[in-house]
Amino acid sequence: MSKIHITTQVNGDAVEFLCEPDETLLDVLRDRLNLTGAKEGCGTGDCGACSVTLNGRLVASCLVLGAEVAGSEIETVEGVGTADALHPVQQHLLDHAALQCGICTPGIIVAAKALLLQNPNPSEEEVRYWLAGNLCRCTGYDKIIRAVLSAAAEMRGENA
Amino acid sequence: MARVVIFGSLRAFTNGEGEMEIDAQTTRELLRKLATLHPALAETIEAGVSLAIDGEVFKEAWFTPISAESEVVVMPLMVGG
Amino acid sequence: MKQDFKILGTRPIRPDGLDKVTGKAMFGSDKSVTGMLHARILRSPHAHAEIVSIDTSKAEALAGVKAVITGDDFADVENRWARYTMQNCMAQGRALYDGHAVAAVAAISKTVAAEALKLIEVEYKILPHVTDVDEAMAPGAPVLHEGVKARKLGDDVSGNTVGYYSFGHGDIEAGFANAELVIDRTFKTAAVHQGYIEPHGCLADLGGDGRGELWCSTQGHYMVREVCSEILGIDSSQLRVTASEIGGGFGGKTTVFIEPVALKLSQKAGKPVKLVMSREEVFRASGPTMSASMDIKIGMTKAGKITGAHAKLRYQGGAFPYQMVMMGAMSAFAAYDLEHVQAEGWDVMTNRPKMISYRAPGAPMAVYAVESVMDELCQKLELDPIDTRLMNAAREGTKSSYGPTFKAIGLVEALEAAKAHPHYSAPLAPNTGRGVSCGFWFNFGGQVSVSMAINADGTVNLIEGNPDIGGSRASISMMAAEALGIEYDRIRTIVGDTASVGFSDVTDGSRVTFAVGIATINAANAAIKEMCKRAAKIWEIDAEAVEWVDGAAQPSGHNAGNFPPMSLAEIAATSGKTGGPIAGHHEGAPDKAGVSFGVHMVDVEVDPETGFTSIKRYTAFQDVGKAIHPAYVEGQIQGGAVQGIGWALNEEYIYGEDGLLQNPGFLDYRIPVASDLPMIDAVIIEVPNPGHPYGVRGCGETAIVPPLAAVSNGVAQAIGVRMFELPMSPPKILKAL
Ligand code: FES
Ligand code: FES
Repeated sequence: MSKIHITTQVNGDAVEFLCEPDETLLDVLRDRLNLTGAKEGCGTGDCGACSVTLNGRLVASCLVLGAEVAGSEIETVEGVGTADALHPVQQHLLDHAALQCGICTPGIIVAAKALLLQNPNPSEEEVRYWLAGNLCRCTGYDKIIRAVLSAAAEMRGENA
Repeated sequence: MARVVIFGSLRAFTNGEGEMEIDAQTTRELLRKLATLHPALAETIEAGVSLAIDGEVFKEAWFTPISAESEVVVMPLMVGG
Repeated sequence: MKQDFKILGTRPIRPDGLDKVTGKAMFGSDKSVTGMLHARILRSPHAHAEIVSIDTSKAEALAGVKAVITGDDFADVENRWARYTMQNCMAQGRALYDGHAVAAVAAISKTVAAEALKLIEVEYKILPHVTDVDEAMAPGAPVLHEGVKARKLGDDVSGNTVGYYSFGHGDIEAGFANAELVIDRTFKTAAVHQGYIEPHGCLADLGGDGRGELWCSTQGHYMVREVCSEILGIDSSQLRVTASEIGGGFGGKTTVFIEPVALKLSQKAGKPVKLVMSREEVFRASGPTMSASMDIKIGMTKAGKITGAHAKLRYQGGAFPYQMVMMGAMSAFAAYDLEHVQAEGWDVMTNRPKMISYRAPGAPMAVYAVESVMDELCQKLELDPIDTRLMNAAREGTKSSYGPTFKAIGLVEALEAAKAHPHYSAPLAPNTGRGVSCGFWFNFGGQVSVSMAINADGTVNLIEGNPDIGGSRASISMMAAEALGIEYDRIRTIVGDTASVGFSDVTDGSRVTFAVGIATINAANAAIKEMCKRAAKIWEIDAEAVEWVDGAAQPSGHNAGNFPPMSLAEIAATSGKTGGPIAGHHEGAPDKAGVSFGVHMVDVEVDPETGFTSIKRYTAFQDVGKAIHPAYVEGQIQGGAVQGIGWALNEEYIYGEDGLLQNPGFLDYRIPVASDLPMIDAVIIEVPNPGHPYGVRGCGETAIVPPLAAVSNGVAQAIGVRMFELPMSPPKILKAL
C-alpha cells in the first residue's frame, strides 16, 4: 500500500504527514504527530476518549480517516488551554476533583468545550446527554457534570 | 495460652476441632505449633493465611506479638481489588 | 490519635492534575521509542480446543515481521500460580476460552503485524466446553485441569471445583428453629468487567543479556517485575519496571496479561516492542470478575431479629484455579451480629477468561443476595428496613460472621445517618421504589516503601512505589505536609520505578492511603528526628531537648535554652554544613487497616411499558475513618456506586451455546453513561480507625458492594415483583411483569 500525503492544521499549526489509506485520524495524531492527548478506549466510536473537533465539529477521531482531513482545522486537548491559560472547563475539572485516573479527561474536555460554544447555558440534563458518549468508569460523572456547569457559569460571567 | 479459632472449612484438617489453646509469643511460633499439632494444615499454612489477632487482621506478619489473652482467628489469605 | 489537622480534610488540586487536563500525562500506550516494533496477539476462536499444531512459517517470512512466538517459546515455571498466569498470557497445548492467546507477532508497523496474524495457521481439535457455574460444578462436566480439585471434596462436585470455604459459628438449624419467618432464595449474577477505559498497554525492551526495561499500565509494577522475571527466568534486579499513568484498574490491573508476551517478543527480535490490547481483547481476554449462583436462607422473628443465616455461594472464575469465593463468604453476613451463621463458598473453573479482582472482589454478589432476602423479610413482616438493620447491626465487640471480633466500626453511624437523611422520608412518585442496602469491605495494609528527601530550599521530594489510580499522590503529599508541618505545595510526590525505591505491594485492597500513609508519616518522623538533631547541634544543646512543632524545631522547654524556632527551610538551608543531606525513609508492612461499612439508598423508577429502570435519586453513606482529601473520597464512593448500578442493571458477559463471548465491546456491554444517572450524594462518616495515627480506613472498595441490592430492592418495591437475577435488564423485567 502506498501512503497518502496530507497537509492540514492541528491546534493552529500547519502540519503534514504520510498515512496509510485505512489509518484513523486517532492513529495519525498519536503515532505520526506525537499528540497522545487523545486516547483510544475502544476504537469503535463508543467511548469518546478520542474526541477532537474537526472544523469545529465534535468527532470520534477513531472513526475518521487520516486521509479525510486534508485542509481542515483540528483541535485536540493539547490545543484547548495551556498551563498558564487553562480553559475554564479544564480549571473547573481540577477544582472539582472531577478526574480520578484521567484517561477520559481529554475527551471530556474537548466535548464539553464544544458544548459550551454552542450552548453557553446548558441544563444539567443537557450536559448529561451531550456527554453520554464520553465514558468515565471512575467518577460516576457527578463531579464532571458539576465542573462543566460551573465552568459554563464562569464563562457567562456569573459567580460559580 | 492464646485462644486459636480455625475458620470453618479448615476444620476438615483439624479433625473437626474449631478452637484450641496454643502457647505462643508470636504469630510465627503459633503457626509452627499449629502445623505440628495438625499436619494436614501445614499445606494451607505454607500457602499463606491471614490472622485476626483480637479483631485486627494481619497478613503473615511473623513477629506480631501474641499475648496469653489473645484471640487469634486463622483465616484464608485475603486479597483486594 | 491526632485530631486537629491543618491540611487533612482540605481539597487541594492534585499534583498530576495539570498534566491530565492538558493531555501531557503519559499512559500505558502513550510511550514510543525509536526503532520500536508493534505487536499483535492471535487469539483462539474456540471456547475449548486442543492446539494440534501452529505453523508460523508464512508469518515469519512476511517482510517486516521481526519475531513470532507461541506457547512453546515459554519454558516451564515451577511456581504453579506463576505458571497459570503465564499460560493465561499464552496458551500451551490447549486454548481454554474464547480469546485465549495462542501466538504473537512483532513487526515494523501495526499494519504488517495485523497481516502477519492472518498468516499463522493453527490446527485446533475442538473439545467440550462449559461456561455456566452450576453446570461446571456438576459431576460429569468437562474438567479444565485435572488434579486441582479442592481437598476433601466428594464426588457430588466435579473436578472444576478448586476451592471450598466455610465460615461461621453457632448452630444454624437451631437458629432457623427459633425463627417466625424463614426465607430461602436462589440468586444468579452475571460476570462483569472492571471496564477501565484504558486498555492494557506496554512497551518492553529485553536484551539478550537478561537486562530489561518495561513500561506498563499496572496497579503494581513490583508485582509485574516479580511475575515477569519468574516467567522469563531472569533476575528481578535486571528488569526495571516503570508504571505509566494508569487509566483505571479497579482490580483488573493486579496481574499481567500482555507484559510477558511483549518481553519475549522483544528478546527474540532484539528490539523494543509495544503491545496494546484492543477493547475487544480487553473483554475477551483480560479478567472479568466472577459470575455467581447463590442460595441464601435467613430466619427472623416477627420483631425483626435475625435468628439464623446460611449462604451457599458458587462462583465461577474462568479457566484456571483461583481463590476468591472466600472473600464473598466472609463478607456475606459481615454487617450483622448473629448467633447462628454459616457462609459456604465454592470456587469453580469454566471455559471463560481467568477472573481477576474487581473492587471488593467476591463481596458485591454475596451481599446482594443477602440484602435482597433481608429486604423481602422486612417487606413480609412489615418492618422498616433501616430499623431492622439497626436492630441486627454489627458494632464494636460483635463477633463477626467470619471470625474476628470487630474493633470500632461505623455501620450503626451510617445506618443512623441514612435514617435521618431527608432522602429517606421524601415522598415517592408512582412506579418508583426505594431500596436500601448495607455493604462491607475489609481493607488491607501490606508491604510498602517510602523515601523522602528534604531539599536545601526547604522543599520535599517523596518517592513511593504504588501506582496512583485515583489521586493518591495528592493524599500522600497531604499526609507528608501534615506530618512535617509545611505547606502542601512544598512537596512533590512521585511513583518511583522498581529500581528507585523498595518493594511495594499492588495498589489494591483499598490499602494505599492507609499503608503508604503510615510509611509516609514514619518517613517524615525519621526526617524530623534528623532535623531536630541538626538544630540541637547549631544551638549546642541536647538533641532530646529539641521538639518539632508546626514545621519547626524548638527547644522543648526553658531549661533547654532560649532559641527562636528554626523552620524546616532554615534547617534545610544549612544542611550541607551541618552533616549533609537530610532524608527519611520507611519500609514496612502495616496491618490494622480497619474494615469499612457503607449504606446506600436509591429511588428507582421502572417504566412498565419498556421494563427500563432509571435511577432517580441516590445517596451513599460510608464510614471512611478519616477523609484525607474529602473530594477524592466522595469520588471513590460515587464511582463505586455507579459501577454497582451498572452491575445491577446492564452489565453482563453473554455467552452463546458455542461458548463464545457475544458482546465484547462497549456497544453491547453497556456501562453507565452520564445520561443514565442523577447526582450521587456521598455522605462521609468518620469513625476513626484505631489502627492508623490519623484514623484513616481504606475507602475505595466498599462503595461497589451495596448498590446491587439497593437497586434490586428499589425495583421490587416499584414493580411489586422481586428479581432474583442480575442484571435486571429491561427484557427480564418485562418478563417478570
Ligand atoms: S476510541 Fe474513539 S470512541 Fe473510543
Ligand atoms: S477519570 Fe478514570 S475514566 Fe474518567
